[in-house]
Amino acid sequence: MIPSIPQPRFYKGLYTAYVAVFFVYLAAPLIVVGVFAFNDSQFPSMPWNGATLKWFFGDTRPAIGIFNDRQLLRSIGTSGFVAIWVTALAVFVGTCNAFLFERTHFPGKNLLYVVALSPLVIPGVILGISILVFSNAIANNVEETFGWDLAFLRPGLFLVIIGQFAFVTTITTLVISARLRKFDFSLEEAALNLGATRAAAIRTITIPFLKPALIGASIIAFLMSFENFNTTLMLVGSDAPLTITMFDRLKQGSTPALNALSLMLMVVSGALALLAVFAQRGGQGDKT
Amino acid sequence: MTAASSTGQGNGVRLGVVLLATPLLLWLLVLVILPHVDLLLVSLRERIAFRQYEFSFANYIAFFVEPLYWNTYVRTAVMSIMATVLTLIIGFPVSYYIAKIMRGRGKNVLFMMCLIPFWVSELVRTFGWMILLRESGVISSFLQWAGLVDGPVEMLYNDVTIMVGLVYTSMLFMVVPLVSVLDSLDDSLIEAGYDLGGNAFTVTRDIVIPHAMPGIASGCIVVFMLTLGNYLTPNLLGGKDSLWFTEQIYTQFITRFNWESGSAFGFLLLVLSSLIVWIGLKLSRQTLADTVR
Amino acid sequence: MADQFDLECRNVGKNFDRFVAVDNVSLTIPKGSFFSILGPSGCGKTTLLRMLAGFQEPTSGDILIKGKSVLGVPPNRRPVNMVFQHLALFPMMNVADNVAYGLRRRGVDKATINRKVAETLARVGLPDSGPKQISQLSGGQKQRIAIARCLVLEPAVLLLDEPLGALDLKLREHMKVELKQLQHEIGTTFVYITHDQSEALVMSDQVAVMNAGKFEQVGTPQDLYYNPQTAFVASFVGESNRWRGTVGETTGDYVAINLDKGGVILADKAAHASLPTGQDVEIFVRPEAIAIGRSDAAPDPVPGNNSLTGTVENVLFNGAASSVQIRETATGHEMSVALPQTGAFANLRAGDVINLAWHASQTRCFAGVLPSGIEGGQS
Ligand SMILES: Nc1ncnc2c1ncn2[C@@H]1O[C@H](COP(=O)(O)OP(=O)(O)O)[C@@H](O)[C@H]1O
Ligand SMILES: [Mg+2]
Repeated sequence: MIPSIPQPRFYKGLYTAYVAVFFVYLAAPLIVVGVFAFNDSQFPSMPWNGATLKWFFGDTRPAIGIFNDRQLLRSIGTSGFVAIWVTALAVFVGTCNAFLFERTHFPGKNLLYVVALSPLVIPGVILGISILVFSNAIANNVEETFGWDLAFLRPGLFLVIIGQFAFVTTITTLVISARLRKFDFSLEEAALNLGATRAAAIRTITIPFLKPALIGASIIAFLMSFENFNTTLMLVGSDAPLTITMFDRLKQGSTPALNALSLMLMVVSGALALLAVFAQRGGQGDKT
Repeated sequence: MTAASSTGQGNGVRLGVVLLATPLLLWLLVLVILPHVDLLLVSLRERIAFRQYEFSFANYIAFFVEPLYWNTYVRTAVMSIMATVLTLIIGFPVSYYIAKIMRGRGKNVLFMMCLIPFWVSELVRTFGWMILLRESGVISSFLQWAGLVDGPVEMLYNDVTIMVGLVYTSMLFMVVPLVSVLDSLDDSLIEAGYDLGGNAFTVTRDIVIPHAMPGIASGCIVVFMLTLGNYLTPNLLGGKDSLWFTEQIYTQFITRFNWESGSAFGFLLLVLSSLIVWIGLKLSRQTLADTVR
Repeated sequence: MADQFDLECRNVGKNFDRFVAVDNVSLTIPKGSFFSILGPSGCGKTTLLRMLAGFQEPTSGDILIKGKSVLGVPPNRRPVNMVFQHLALFPMMNVADNVAYGLRRRGVDKATINRKVAETLARVGLPDSGPKQISQLSGGQKQRIAIARCLVLEPAVLLLDEPLGALDLKLREHMKVELKQLQHEIGTTFVYITHDQSEALVMSDQVAVMNAGKFEQVGTPQDLYYNPQTAFVASFVGESNRWRGTVGETTGDYVAINLDKGGVILADKAAHASLPTGQDVEIFVRPEAIAIGRSDAAPDPVPGNNSLTGTVENVLFNGAASSVQIRETATGHEMSVALPQTGAFANLRAGDVINLAWHASQTRCFAGVLPSGIEGGQS
């Protein structure tokens, strides 16, 4: 139960073994993805044919390494472009929302809060199609009424950014609100008392306090956007972000280059995740 | 900014609130509310000629009379509930282990080890399962090597595999709320339970689980939601016969270009997920706002 | 004879890695008594209590309850119950279910449970609180429910870990009296741990003073107060004036202690026979042992009387517990002296010069020099 309650050795051992098996279950898929990036074979499957780095650096068909695969590199660029926009928008709006929900009172606030949380419980596919349908309706109406063709409202990167922004903002709002809730309002009052203007007090006291949450929220937003699939699938046009490209290749059956790419993604997102955790943790540290 | 603490600057405060609320209202109205209203409207019309529509329930009727759609819908709901329950059953002991049995550094490390895999794209995780389970995959090769089977075994493209993948993909969203709620359970309550004569079973039933209820509720809701709306895992691990409702939506929208019917399906999925989440919240006496805190 | 005692510890020790939390503690607690363990925070009280309850295994020694060793018996099968430091009432159950919890675990039938719960709630003075939620109770009520939850099981020994710590001062004073009364009525053996000397002195039949994992002295409250056996007990229990000095010459029944700061204090020879001449000692004199007098009324020279003069620095008026802070004229030593409750010195002012006198028999000396920083644990 807990360490202070004596338990038979056997049960303790059984429990520990269960947890160990669980972690094997967690790690197994990721480990095989990583390991098969180095397999000198045309497919990411058994048997093991010896180690190679060609799925990273190879430049001759059929062994094109990821660093020489134009299509992949372009889709990484596309994903990065989308993710940066989504992050910037979602963190900005999330910060405004956090101030609105934590620092102001107005009628209907609770209702608005529930609506703001709703993107969390809307499946990504449905968020995607609803935005697709709506933007298409606007585009059609504009075209009929004014004769303008608003190309950005047709499937493409603009809609992808908008669609991801729609739910990532909920997450950034939650992360930043959680931090703002811990802010001791009297610090800001002290700044005002010492002659700061309200804007200066927020800029010099509140925003620095929020910094860990802002960094954490940015990293989370970036990763969520970069890895999003469901919403993107419904809104994507001709420029495919990375997840879409990977999905297509997976369906077709790909070379271990896909493993190499996955390994890179794991390393980068693992590092970013740790960074996010430490940014938030650092934030908690200075409070206690 | 703070209406409560500001007096004598009422206008400034109003303006501040309005300025702050503008992005929020734009976001919710333009990207969440209006699109869903439009989705509902589109689902309630029928195309009679090019760009000519009329109000009708035809799309919904089609859904109910076509067994394939109907079956897929029910199957998706049932499998999602099963996946949720399995995730809870598998994740609870692990969360308890992390929260109550591990101490100090080891605890943080174990918790991080639970989280890290989920920062990796779902695509990569599913890919990992494909490499493990396919005919030429790791497990099949291992079984042959061990002499347990004669030829290659295909473990992809069946319901068990879909379940394995769904549980795997959802685990984070169960473990995190459970660990945090169990962490907040004071050890002395468990000790008091023992001191008064309880044993592992009764203490778990009477003290640990009632305490963990909010975490169980929020974990289950999120997992159910994500499973219901999942596309990748059933599609890649289940293959052609996965029969997941999101695939039907995709087919209607992208392959058949029948947006009216696709919208109706989307709305039905939304109703299903809201309904079950609502029931879950009622049963566990939680509110959505509590659940995310 | 062993079953005269509800609880017995034989050379119990507990190490955490290298750190010795409880060091070779032996104790016997007679049936039906109120036994307190008093010591500063971190001295190992909780660790000792948790060994009694079964949440920690002793590294060495044996624990006997009603004459039987309980080593290896899990906490849910020991005939002792514990009131936790923060009470550990189950917030997911109402008051009656909390109290009924242990009976249910024993498989007692419903009717008996209901009757016993009602009886026990009545006994702790909260007969109608059964359907209430834990969060609806006040601090003192929670306290009583936590005790009721254990008492309903009729344990051989009730263990209490600083249960009054979370209450405010006023309620704590009240609960002290109430707890003692309750224990007296039901006759269950209580083992009560606290860092608050006044709780221990007021409630207990026997008190063990604990320091750094060891028992310094076990005795009645009066014993500890009037006959402390170690410098730690003298300083931890009650207030004292303290000096440092060395043992000097013996004259008749009295031995002179030469203070480090200059001056001499007389002590009983008989009580300090074991101290050799030249030994460094700590000297303790209780504030209420010192008589004060106006400087114009010089006291009669009595054999064995210590007599000093001092200047009043501060009058700390606190009704019956009033005292004065005095700077001794010869050495500049700061002293505290209790004011007589007669009001005879009501007009004492800062700057007044007064005489101080106490008999050598009130002086206590202990060999060695105590590390500083340990003061009486006044609540
Ligand atoms: N589980 C443990 N592991 C290591 N050290 C402990 C543990 N429990 C208590 N200690 C140490 O033992 C000493 C005594 O603790 P405790 O019995 O709680 O003191 P008290 O209750 O008298 O304040 C403390 O120094 C504490 O740090
Ligand atoms: Mg303690």
